Amino acid sequence: MTPILEVQDLKKYFDTPRGMLHAVDGISFQLEEGKTLGVVGESGCGKSTLGRTILHLIDSTDGKIFFQGKDVTHVNAAELRKLREDMQIIFQDPFSSLNPRMTVQETIQDPLKVAKRFSKKEIEERTDAMMETVGLAERLRHSYPHELDGGRRQRVGIARALALEPKFIVCDEPVSALDVSIQAQILNLLQDLQESKHLTYMFITHDLSVVRYISDQICVMYMGQMVEMSPSKELFQNPVHPYTKALLSAILVPDIHAKRERIILKGEVSSPVEPKPGCRFAARCAYACEGCRKAQKPVEISPGHWVVCDVVTQSGTKPDDRLDHTIS
Amino acid sequence: MEKKKTEPFLQVEDLVVRYTAGDEVIEAVNGVSFTLDRGETIGLVGETGAGKTTIVKSILRILPDVSARVESGRVVFDGQELFGLSEKQMRKIRGKQIAMIFQDPMTALNPVFTVGDQISEALRLHQKMSKKEAFTRACEMLEMVGIPPERYSEYPHQFSGGMKQRVVIAMALSCNPSLLLADEPTTALDVTIQAQVLEMMNRLKRELGTSLIMITHDLGIVAEVCDRVAVVYAGEIVEMGTREHIFDNGMHPYTEGVFDSIPSLTGDETRLKPIRGLPPNPADLPKGCKFAPRCPYATEACHANRQELREVEEGHWVRCHRERGGAGA
Repeated sequence: MTPILEVQDLKKYFDTPRGMLHAVDGISFQLEEGKTLGVVGESGCGKSTLGRTILHLIDSTDGKIFFQGKDVTHVNAAELRKLREDMQIIFQDPFSSLNPRMTVQETIQDPLKVAKRFSKKEIEERTDAMMETVGLAERLRHSYPHELDGGRRQRVGIARALALEPKFIVCDEPVSALDVSIQAQILNLLQDLQESKHLTYMFITHDLSVVRYISDQICVMYMGQMVEMSPSKELFQNPVHPYTKALLSAILVPDIHAKRERIILKGEVSSPVEPKPGCRFAARCAYACEGCRKAQKPVEISPGHWVVCDVVTQSGTKPDDRLDHTIS
Repeated sequence: MEKKKTEPFLQVEDLVVRYTAGDEVIEAVNGVSFTLDRGETIGLVGETGAGKTTIVKSILRILPDVSARVESGRVVFDGQELFGLSEKQMRKIRGKQIAMIFQDPMTALNPVFTVGDQISEALRLHQKMSKKEAFTRACEMLEMVGIPPERYSEYPHQFSGGMKQRVVIAMALSCNPSLLLADEPTTALDVTIQAQVLEMMNRLKRELGTSLIMITHDLGIVAEVCDRVAVVYAGEIVEMGTREHIFDNGMHPYTEGVFDSIPSLTGDETRLKPIRGLPPNPADLPKGCKFAPRCPYATEACHANRQELREVEEGHWVRCHRERGGAGA
């Protein structure tokens, strides 16, 4: 099966006064239609930049993007317009991603008008259908964003993203700003939509319990690079990279009987400005050695489970012998 | 200060707070009572707008005077009636005996003063320390929260989010307060940094014997740091008990709903069970049980009558008349 989206060695560098910031630095993955790729990592790891680069909201520095088998790395304005109909985004903050001067109806209709291929009647019909799909009551049609609560605003954002029937949606922290009870409503909605419309998601989040729940495959990022990629359940059962282990061990579980060993990392994430070739996590890693100073290669340790850490993949010993912190 | 054993360290009794916004009266806190012992940690859990922050701000008396009013209730802290004190007396308590950690470290620090000066300011004011003493103590405080004292003269913008929150915590703890109010202290931080900060708070609490009120919406944090829990919904405590009561034997339908809404890290659920509907508008609260419109078990009586907290086992209070067991969880 050909993947709907393939990204090869994608890079996005920003020119800053302190030097080149390697925000996304050589990310590759394939994503099959109807599946969800979760991208996790801490603030500043480049996960949002990755999503935006794929959507051409910002230009890539290097690497290739294939969508439905076509190379779409460089597209002209007309092609981009066409591409945008198939690739959409749902933003994190439903408070700032909606135009405060546009009503619910205007917001949902905007992409339809931009597409310039729908009659007035079709636009009306689609608006009705979209509002129903995302569970917005008809009476809210002429409401402005400030009149809506966070959950409803996020539904408007989802309706807008769905209006042109895209195939691929980047969900950039779509539930982070919402309370848990509302968060669960929106997650269920996203799942229903995926099923009924065969959508493919790239789900960017820092919330690890959400990512486990919604993703088929998870990519863990650290300072612009992938450190581990694995089928979702496998990652939580058998995390291999020292950073993934620390990240997963830091999750607070709402269970008072869970006995877990927490790996407390030293130091903090810095930004990858003019980074050296070696492993970027080495400075905080308990297992760092001389070898970590050279560039690391991704190794597939089991089907679909990739790890970028020479210490683990080349030691010959099983990872858990070397890294004795495990999460039960 | 000699104190009778029976008297709790902090007692909040029947607190009612209203905000006025235009013609609307917002019923933010509706009769909240709880107690806290020395060295104990209570978690106030609930969603946005439940009134958690208003409760602790009323304790410190830092609500905005124009729009907010404490309608009734009393707060007794270490034998003193806080609502009876003058502003001048209150100022001596704030920062010295009761300190607060705010949610957003980016806005809680003054950008034009160095972090060290901001910590020593409190010490010179409350502890009447000399400049030099305050400097030494501030450096100790920085060290205690894991910041090299060499960074005393740096400005907040030179620190990362996690470091700023440590500075805020150092500042709050500098005068050795006996009660600490923490309003979502780790919400703005990444998980690995959150783990560092919570570990530090747990350690400091043990070492200094500070009592803590922890406001959070995250049950994971509650499991990590709290001895007792009060679940707040629409300005009321709907359930209160020990950590074990709430996590193992949570009885209020709202408590149940919140637990069901969280995706688990081990289970195989393919669908979450959200609480239906939305939290009520605090300017127009339901007459009966405030959770009734969203409650799967609500009966006519629930909509009509206000529910009172009842003790279902020792120290475990629930604002719901439903007996557990009959209806499915």
